[in-house]
Amino acid sequence: MIDEHLIACHECDLLLRPPQLEPGGVARCPRCNATLFAAPQNSQERTLAFTLGATILFLLANFFPIMGLQIGGTEITCTLTGAALELYNDGMHTLGILVMITTVIVPATQLLIMLYMLLPLSLGIMPPRVPDLLRMLQLLRPWSMVEVFMLGILVSLTKLAAMATVIPGIALWSFALLMLLMTAAFSVFDARQIWRQLPVEGR
Amino acid sequence: MKPHPASAAAQGLLNCHSCGLLSKNVPNASDRCPRCGTHLHMRKPNSLTRTWALLIAAFILYIPANLLPVMHTASIIYEEDDTIMSGVIYLWTSGSWPLAILVFCASVTVPLAKLIALTILAITAQRKSTWRQQERTKLYRMVEFVGRWSMLDIFVVALMVGLVHFQSLATISAGPGALAFASVVVITMFAAMSFDPRLIWDPEPKDDD
Ligand SMILES: [Zn+2]
Ligand SMILES: [Zn+2]
Repeated sequence: MIDEHLIACHECDLLLRPPQLEPGGVARCPRCNATLFAAPQNSQERTLAFTLGATILFLLANFFPIMGLQIGGTEITCTLTGAALELYNDGMHTLGILVMITTVIVPATQLLIMLYMLLPLSLGIMPPRVPDLLRMLQLLRPWSMVEVFMLGILVSLTKLAAMATVIPGIALWSFALLMLLMTAAFSVFDARQIWRQLPVEGR
Repeated sequence: MKPHPASAAAQGLLNCHSCGLLSKNVPNASDRCPRCGTHLHMRKPNSLTRTWALLIAAFILYIPANLLPVMHTASIIYEEDDTIMSGVIYLWTSGSWPLAILVFCASVTVPLAKLIALTILAITAQRKSTWRQQERTKLYRMVEFVGRWSMLDIFVVALMVGLVHFQSLATISAGPGALAFASVVVITMFAAMSFDPRLIWDPEPKDDD
């Protein structure tokens, strides 16, 4: 029989008894100092609020132009997906796909998974396939590069400013806010709380 | 592999890497976590072999990534090929030195530091070293954290190509260096993921430590 209360550190495999946390506290591994888990206050409500906000901003960021360029008398605008498509059409298929995955597909999937889990959970219902989705969320995390992309926009703007007049678009501001809200959503998200509501078979 | 006595592995327990549930160690290939259904492994399978293979590939690609042009600009007045480094120099000389430093760190320092750090981690784990385990764990955590930031230059190229289509006035296209550079970033991210940090702590500490 396994002691129900023991856990192992995911980074150094140290066997330990999890400390009782005050709300807002963080538990660390005494041997390697890895963050074991945190107990954010009102985690579920706050994560849901941040996720809803991020979803709206995500739509704005993808359907409105990210910037306009004025050169001579002509003005052109471009959306984020348009930029990735241009790269794809230019013959750089792999790069276009990579940009699409890291800035559109992965963040969209993350937001959809969060909404799918958190909306029913806020009503006390456990939706089906939650273990698979939590696992997927963990897997996707390193491939979501919203904040890196935001900086990329800044560098591009600086470079383009030398060639033409740059007019910032709605998507630019949405993207900056999206970056903040997604970071906030993940920092208050407490997967451990959901894991603990799931049954353990045959133990 | 001789697990450290304080480890879950030494007690015959197995930590699920997805949900954190402890299970009794039954070393069958088909074992799944009773809570989330993830395949259970004592340690990531073939962790070091995989890390080495990916690292070598990344080291090789690192050369064209830095030498080949990542971006090609053509307009009526000039034509230009940019490498990663010349992009940094451009930002510096045009006066945006904070961005120049940032791009330099993200595209030049970080990828190289990551390759070196992963090599150190792989060598020490292979030799079952007990040297500076805490610092090595910290190094691993840093490698995982900074990995995504090297994509910065790829995004800059992508945006420049996507935004600038003035047809007759100027065209910007991605160069072969961009593909090599993106591959280095993606491959080192996979290399960091295939390394199992628990290997750092598995060897038993010697008495003189
Ligand atoms: Zn630990
Ligand atoms: Zn599990």
